[in-house]
Amino acid sequence: MSGFARRHPVWSVIIVIAVAVLLWMMFAIWPKWLTELIGSKKIFLNALFNGITLGGLYFLVASGFTLIFGLMRNVNLAHGSLYLLGGYIGYMFSDWTGYWLIAFPAAFILVGALGIALQFLVFRRMEGQDLRQTLVTIGISIVMADLMLWIWGGDFYNIAAPSWLSGPLETFFVTAVKSSGDLVFLKYPMVRVVIFAASVVIGVGIWLLLNRTRIGMLVRAGVDDRDMLQATGVRIQLVFLAVFAFGAGLAGIAGVVGGTFQSVAPGEDIRFLLASLVVVIVGGMGSIPGAAIGALIIGLAEQFGSVYAPTYAVVLTFLIMVLVLAFRPQGLMGRA
Amino acid sequence: MIDPTQGGPAQGNPGQGRAAAGSPTDQRSWIERVPAGYWILGLILLIMPAVAGDFILYQIFGWSFILGIIALSLMFLAGYGGMVSLVQMTVAGLAGYMLAIFGVSAIDTISLGWPWYITIPLALIIAVAFGTLTGWLAVRTEGIYTIMITLAIASAFFYFTRQNYVIFNGFSGFNGVLPPNLFGVDWRAPAAFYYLTLFWAVLAYLVVLYISRAPFGLALQGVRDNPRRMAALGFNVTAHRVAAYSLAALLAAIGGILLTWQSAQISPGTAGIGPVIDILVIAVIGGLRHPIGPFIGAFVFVLLRTFALDALIAVGLSGERFQLLIGIGFLVIVFWSPDGLLGLWEKLKAARRKDPLLDRGGETPGGQR
Repeated sequence: MSGFARRHPVWSVIIVIAVAVLLWMMFAIWPKWLTELIGSKKIFLNALFNGITLGGLYFLVASGFTLIFGLMRNVNLAHGSLYLLGGYIGYMFSDWTGYWLIAFPAAFILVGALGIALQFLVFRRMEGQDLRQTLVTIGISIVMADLMLWIWGGDFYNIAAPSWLSGPLETFFVTAVKSSGDLVFLKYPMVRVVIFAASVVIGVGIWLLLNRTRIGMLVRAGVDDRDMLQATGVRIQLVFLAVFAFGAGLAGIAGVVGGTFQSVAPGEDIRFLLASLVVVIVGGMGSIPGAAIGALIIGLAEQFGSVYAPTYAVVLTFLIMVLVLAFRPQGLMGRA
Repeated sequence: MIDPTQGGPAQGNPGQGRAAAGSPTDQRSWIERVPAGYWILGLILLIMPAVAGDFILYQIFGWSFILGIIALSLMFLAGYGGMVSLVQMTVAGLAGYMLAIFGVSAIDTISLGWPWYITIPLALIIAVAFGTLTGWLAVRTEGIYTIMITLAIASAFFYFTRQNYVIFNGFSGFNGVLPPNLFGVDWRAPAAFYYLTLFWAVLAYLVVLYISRAPFGLALQGVRDNPRRMAALGFNVTAHRVAAYSLAALLAAIGGILLTWQSAQISPGTAGIGPVIDILVIAVIGGLRHPIGPFIGAFVFVLLRTFALDALIAVGLSGERFQLLIGIGFLVIVFWSPDGLLGLWEKLKAARRKDPLLDRGGETPGGQR
């Protein structure tokens, strides 16, 4: 951290000022001119928190994508389809058993198993042929999208959250002061808070897994130099299989999360595939912290964009990607 | 980085075989050097309007030629440049949009109604500028990343046009975009439109064929196979790649204008994620090694898209499963023949040549010389 401050003094100052302004905007009671300038504080805070929770969801989808890419150089364009499949499986299981939490292991295991099948039957046969693998994943996503449309139809499904998660959570952020002098506090949906907390826990879990365990060490070594790792006698195919299953399973879990606070429907697969593409491009390919930062930036940009400049929300996301590509092609946290 | 020794578009030099025939020892005139198959094919295509009905001319052939031109621009980038760009359909869509915005359409609150001799060049210029800019962004990263970046750009364009009502008229887009009544011909009449698309398809094909053997095309193929060595030889690798994007954007823009005229409308769906992927599917099914591939792919694709409904119902499936059919076909091609239908054809030829007992002469036109 101090190393970063020493190397980039200007950037550090800008970041510190931005964080200070943000904190002030979150906690202070807004003066009148600010409200007149950009609207009420409630809208701002809602956009902020929606952006952060959306970032959490994007992180869940993109982390599997970036993990698979980093290790196997396989741009898995069927990742969005795995996400959508996870959503449908989660819906079916939670609808069938009545337990919301059952949906998560079910989606993880089933989508992870599909990931194993894909790696074993398809990608192992064309190892090292990046382009062909990518083309195959496009074919798989076309086929899967149509199969899912066939099975589940074009309806919107919503995975019902359990009763202990429904309803708002009273937060300690003041949004306004009534004329009587009472403070008005922001209410925020409980589900979103829990889901964001869960994605943070999963993110930290992945980080620990990668940095503190033997399998994580193998994966990191594989990201750096696959051939050399293989030469040291590691059964790299098993590592590939495990990482692919894990990444696919994460996509499945993300599908359940997305189905709970948004909905499961055809077309979502492409939306989340694109989101993870942009997140990974911005954050840096193959980097988990990069995926976290990228997801946060893209989630915030999308929400603030849709609140303050509805027509240009997509362009904002896109502009961020272009700027990153123009000035740092390897992504914010990527290695050159 | 795509390894040039493995399958995919990076293989072989498409110009090699025929370049040998054009060597100085070959004393025949250029008319004699064009293989007989081309003459037969050309003749069939020229007299087609005399035998085929309006639907076949307009919907099957017209559409195949247009999709073929757009897929050709992708084939040029992927086959000769090693860059698989998914942005070609977007460039085509942008050209169509520019045509509708500057020219005449039914949405006269937005359309400026300028004459065709200003609108068409303007649309081409803007589309090429967009394609060049995209290329400049995409070449900053290499190989497999190109797909991701161009896919992201293509989808950003799709969502933007869908949301923007001021310039792009949002979800519904523009309709009533008609070709000018040049020379007193109604260019949307089936036969006229057939010849119009045929003309541009042949021109685009010849241009790509020519460039593939011109110094620029050869340098581009060198850049594809070994960028570092080309850079060491003094070639500007980035400039060659960006220039390839510009040229591909010009081809795609021509296709886009024709596509807009064909359906007389342009909307976000024209350049949506589905059509963007379709162009890739067409190019890969046809084959990325020779400029004729995209046209074969487009023809197969259009035939499937038009008649799959009846075929699927005939085997007892719902006609909606068209995407499944396309997806499985695409998977089969990528799995067993990375060079598409052209690759299958070459394999077949090679297998035939191996066994002299099976060499019965009487080859299909276009195959042997």
